[in-house]
Amino acid sequence: MEVYLDNSATTRAFPEVAELMTRIMCEDYGNPSSLHMKGVQAEQYLRYAKETFARLLKVNEKEIFFTSGGTESDNMALIGCARANDRRGNHLITTQVEHPAVLNTMRYLESRGYRVTYLPVNSQGCISLGDLQRAMTPGTILVSIMHTNNEIGTLQPIAEAGMLIRRMNPNTLFHVDAVQGFGKAKIFPKKAGIDLLSASGHKIHGPKGVGLLYIGDKVKIQPILHGGGQQMNLRSGTDNVSGIAGFAKAAELLYAHYEDDMKRLYQCKRYFMEGVRRLEGVKINGLLPEAPDGAGTAPHIVSVSISGVRSEVLLHALEEDGIYVSAGSACAARKPQPSVTLKAIGVERELLDSTIRFSFSVYTTKEELDYTLQAMYDKIPMLRKYTRRR
Amino acid sequence: MFTAFLIKYAEIGIKGKNRYLFEDALVHQIKFALKKCEGRFLIHKSQGRIYVDAQGEFDYDETIKRLQKVFGISGICPVVYVEDEGFEKLCDRVIRYITDVYPDRNKTFKVHSRRARKDYPKESMEINADIGEAILNACPEMSVDVHDPQILLNIEIREKIYIYSEIIPGPGGMPVGTGGKAMLLLSGGIDSPVAGYMIAKRGVKIDAVYFHAPPYTSERAKQKVVDLARVVSAYAGPVWLHVINFTDIQLYIYEKCPHEELTIIMRRYMMRIAEHIAKETGCLGLITGESIGQVASQTMNSLIATNEVCELPVYRPLIGFDKNEIVSVSQKIDAFETSIQPYEDCCTIFVARHPVTKPNVNVIRRHERNLEERIDELVQTALNTRELIVVE
Repeated sequence: MEVYLDNSATTRAFPEVAELMTRIMCEDYGNPSSLHMKGVQAEQYLRYAKETFARLLKVNEKEIFFTSGGTESDNMALIGCARANDRRGNHLITTQVEHPAVLNTMRYLESRGYRVTYLPVNSQGCISLGDLQRAMTPGTILVSIMHTNNEIGTLQPIAEAGMLIRRMNPNTLFHVDAVQGFGKAKIFPKKAGIDLLSASGHKIHGPKGVGLLYIGDKVKIQPILHGGGQQMNLRSGTDNVSGIAGFAKAAELLYAHYEDDMKRLYQCKRYFMEGVRRLEGVKINGLLPEAPDGAGTAPHIVSVSISGVRSEVLLHALEEDGIYVSAGSACAARKPQPSVTLKAIGVERELLDSTIRFSFSVYTTKEELDYTLQAMYDKIPMLRKYTRRR
Repeated sequence: MFTAFLIKYAEIGIKGKNRYLFEDALVHQIKFALKKCEGRFLIHKSQGRIYVDAQGEFDYDETIKRLQKVFGISGICPVVYVEDEGFEKLCDRVIRYITDVYPDRNKTFKVHSRRARKDYPKESMEINADIGEAILNACPEMSVDVHDPQILLNIEIREKIYIYSEIIPGPGGMPVGTGGKAMLLLSGGIDSPVAGYMIAKRGVKIDAVYFHAPPYTSERAKQKVVDLARVVSAYAGPVWLHVINFTDIQLYIYEKCPHEELTIIMRRYMMRIAEHIAKETGCLGLITGESIGQVASQTMNSLIATNEVCELPVYRPLIGFDKNEIVSVSQKIDAFETSIQPYEDCCTIFVARHPVTKPNVNVIRRHERNLEERIDELVQTALNTRELIVVE
């Protein structure tokens, strides 16, 4: 049995997505910039994709830009806005628990003379609006806050933060990294006071190598890629037609069953957490104290610290049974240093290296969860017996 | 402009009646090394030399790079072949060679010609003098120095005329395959690939054994070892890599023996298993990357304990090397970047905080008796279920 519970790393593409993309690559393979019919046909896919995302996000199609993925979207939002608005100030605000695509871009901007405030988080991984309010200055160009934490599933108070920023400094731009949140929560940038929003295709059963950046029409931004002037000169490069169309298709399919899927994902999460709690010496990270059943957190992520078991060992032990999970966060898993998020929420030292992330998708079934739980019941006592003695 | 390479070899030259064996092995290794290189090559022995002739287009830099990994080669001379169209033409061609290869002509030179074809109208001394004169006339900046020239220009009169002057250093050593075969204990660290490289340099063919401990070591750790075996195979030819699943043995030792002795006892079983496969596959020795005192299991006392379980000689070419010396060889052979990828190997996962550094062999033997009940069966299973990966 193969059980894929690493959907925060990437997801299996919907068959309809693969089918559509194959057709585009083999038949409607034109370059949308070409003047002839082949180009016009290809352009239809782009137009349709923009319409789709505009509808789902309740924004204008002119505000949708396609990129090579979440990382490029974040880079474009941060660097593009910092450069375009540097006359207004040089201060940016973000959180300590962002994805490296934001954190390292912020560090790059610091090296170019910008000042960055990193907001701390509480033990649930949540920022405080008070901290945000105190950090805001007249020279704050941009605030970037992630929607859903990729390691523990915490949701940040995006709408409240958006309102606060508007009130304190209407010139400050608000960027939201929604790579983990898009498709798992309904996000409407205009209502939440969001000026820029990043999302990625492969996290929602679409293809890798494609993402989007919503850029509100009043936002002053500069391109970070220069070239043929595609996408209103903001993002040059031949449009990735098959990827963009596949991304839009995935989003469309996801939103079609949104309510049912979310209900089911939360059920999965609750069920799985109940099962995990039957083990001794485990702690589930990032839950709200008032909602130990996972309400108010992302429906698809469960982060578990298991004392006395190294996460990499448990990961490979589960792998032997065909179960795929992540040690901490996939983006950090191949690096020796422990994850920033887990450290920021104050996970104890000896548990940092003992944390496993399970992440579900619409394909996840109850049988798969039972199978996984059983494997954990079988393996964890054995693994605890053989550990490095101190 | 170069279309061929003259291969110089050092130590083979002093061999007696076996010399042809060494030369044949070298030709074989050169063929293997150039198999993956862009272009077609004719490799032939003629009059006590080995030539690599390129047939048509080829990638010069890549060819050199690959030849520099063939043990037994002490030098590689890029050669220009010229048809014999009279002495005048030859002089012109030599001058063109000089002007192409040495843009800065402010150099001393000497012409050294050999007349393999004795019907050539001029004798070698005459050729030397006449070509020297032609060069001096064409390039007045150059001067002759017969004792210590900066350029030693070789002209060989054969079917065709060969011109060469540059010698690119080779790796030295002996052609792989002339020294038998040995089993390398490959861990995934920095040392063992270097040890394999050094023994291969003496003409020894290398097979390897890796101890895999899933789920404690990952598939990526195994891939890393395969990659390291590939580094060794660039020098040593195809490497047969035996992958042993060591988990059960390791856990059993963990359960039954004192924790401080775990690493030593584990290594004793690794040596036993490696030797078993070595004997089965015709290897004449084992190779490890051990260096005295580097870690607890590599003190002289520990080496007594790990050494005594084997009958075959254990070659430890790094025994007197410091870590930084090992690292510099590792970098030279392009293994370092792979070696330092952070995946755990099975020696470190259960390591005690204070492992024994001066194990007493008698005590170790006594504690090993705790394993009597199941260990033979576990070793047998590990041997039976081993995976063979041919790396080239």
